[in-house]
Amino acid sequence: MEGFEGLAQLFPNLMLGFQTAVTVQNLGYCFAGVFLGTIVGVLPGIGPLAAIAMLLPATFNLPPVGALIMLAGIYYGTQYGGSTTAILVNLPGESASVVTCIDGYQMAKNGRAGPALAIAAVGSFFAGTVCTLIIAVAGPPLAEVALKFGAPEYFSLMVMGLIASAVLAHGSLLKAIAMIFLGLIFGIVGTDVNSGMSRFTFGASGLADGLSFVVVAMGLFGFAEILSNLGKGKDAQHRELLTKKIHGLMPTWHDIKISIGSIMRGTAIGAFFGTLPGAGPTISAFSSYAVEKKMAKDNSMFGKGAIQGVAGPESANNAAAQCAFIPTLTLGIPGSATMALMLGALTIQGIAPGPQVMTQRPDLFWGLIASMWIGNAMLVILNLPLIGLWVKLLQVPYRYLFPAIMVFMAIGVYSVNNLDMDIYLTVFFGLMGYVFVKLKCEPAPLILAFVLGPLMEENLRRALLISRGDPTVFLTRPISAGFLIATALLLFFMILPAVRKKREEVLEEDAAA
Amino acid sequence: MKIKSQEDFWSGMMFIGFGLLAMFISRDYPFGSAMRMGPGYFPIVLGGMLILFGVIVTLTAFKFEGPAIEPFAWRPMIFLSVAFAIFGWGMDRLGFVPSMIALIVLCAAAGREFKWVEVIIMTIVLIVGSWALFIYGLDLPYPLYWER
Repeated sequence: MEGFEGLAQLFPNLMLGFQTAVTVQNLGYCFAGVFLGTIVGVLPGIGPLAAIAMLLPATFNLPPVGALIMLAGIYYGTQYGGSTTAILVNLPGESASVVTCIDGYQMAKNGRAGPALAIAAVGSFFAGTVCTLIIAVAGPPLAEVALKFGAPEYFSLMVMGLIASAVLAHGSLLKAIAMIFLGLIFGIVGTDVNSGMSRFTFGASGLADGLSFVVVAMGLFGFAEILSNLGKGKDAQHRELLTKKIHGLMPTWHDIKISIGSIMRGTAIGAFFGTLPGAGPTISAFSSYAVEKKMAKDNSMFGKGAIQGVAGPESANNAAAQCAFIPTLTLGIPGSATMALMLGALTIQGIAPGPQVMTQRPDLFWGLIASMWIGNAMLVILNLPLIGLWVKLLQVPYRYLFPAIMVFMAIGVYSVNNLDMDIYLTVFFGLMGYVFVKLKCEPAPLILAFVLGPLMEENLRRALLISRGDPTVFLTRPISAGFLIATALLLFFMILPAVRKKREEVLEEDAAA
Repeated sequence: MKIKSQEDFWSGMMFIGFGLLAMFISRDYPFGSAMRMGPGYFPIVLGGMLILFGVIVTLTAFKFEGPAIEPFAWRPMIFLSVAFAIFGWGMDRLGFVPSMIALIVLCAAAGREFKWVEVIIMTIVLIVGSWALFIYGLDLPYPLYWER
């Protein structure tokens, strides 16, 4: 019966959501977010993480609902912007659109950029709609379960999320796990809540509240990214720009017919991976591409401009991007580095994300869900007519772009606290991020660990206090044990030679592209 | 013993370094016990784990072949860092416009091509644009020039 009541509540809840989201102001924020997000997403060499970090300060002065709506818009915008560049210039704006390059760019070369972009938009929109519904239906019962979680459960869940993020990172698993520990250590910086003692602050008052995650993210993902772009040779900066004129946006009837299945499968794959903490858009897009290649009756077109190769992965990465909100909103545990940023933004707005949000701030929760759908709709409406503008933007040489990006980053970081210290720290993390790039250490697990660090310490402390220092508490409580067993299985499978080889293949392809 | 993978070797060294630093700094924080964790408990355990993984990564560098580390781009590293640092230092002391000029010109100098005319135009456009967006639009309270 409970489930039925839940469903009956769905309609009024969604109504509340749309009432909250559909005000002229909020639609404006949503539009601004999607627009800015797409611009930044189209710019080469800036992934969604850096884009969100860059645009974050623009949302600080907004009311919480508006800020969240705008951030969600930015998030989708950057994802979509990445696909646009993948199709038009064979340059993935972010790792999730690497597969889109394979067939999308080939389609563009055959003069079919229009249908490729259109099918990507339609697929994303379909995936977005389905996943919005999934969140609306699955959110409340999940939050109910989460309310029963105690400290041990939270701790084990975070362990699972972190390990999953390491397993799915590129390159060495060992290094990724070491990056988690490093991230957790950076999370410690600041005043210890329990004892009031300053830790790792080096006596600097600017560090008493801990490292700002804007600083860490901007350094590791923005500053470092620019350094590594500038360090590449001239050839690498050269972009194969499509000179062919784009005519005819509309896919043919045949295109649509063969894409429908791909879009649905892609959505399902994306929804599954997106919900899992630690997994995300990239792995979804790759899986979807592999599935489509197997499912297609005639797979000779793959690699030469198969529309299914665009429709499936694009739906999958958008579905995953959307469903990644599920653990973030219901459990308060971000599943990916990008979600960690969103969580950080919520905290800045004075909202502690978690199962309580749904009951304490229903307007916020349902407003966000409604705005997700609006954001997705806006992407379709906005992007198709503006493709010409994005193409123009792609023609701007990098030497004009990067100073502009640097200016945006500098003002963005400075405006958080108006502290010069934050700027110096950004340089520190930027140089460190550049070293990470050179040493092939993936920074995504680090930033996730950085955000989760304080929460983890707190829950570990509480769990051990309740159990009187007995660490078996994590294994005797069933839900907690379940998370840890899942984590152990995940690690175990990764060590199996066959799986390891496969993982390397998938991630290598990614890195090579 | 020969280092086969420079990347892994130096990654491992970096992890060990950070781990040692973390343990060194937290040596005076009360450790407490598992039941009553002191402020030193978590950092020391994490530092130890980081050292452990650092050692393992370093050891793998002797066993598995890996590529050499790509050379660092020193010029952008220096110019961008100095540009940012001057901006941060200057915002509160020189004002918005001088800090921005320093930031943009030094950033542009980090690139391969540097043409004065282009840089001057870009500087003006970026300053006016960010003034309009941040100071006029978002009401950020930054003085345009030094006031003290």
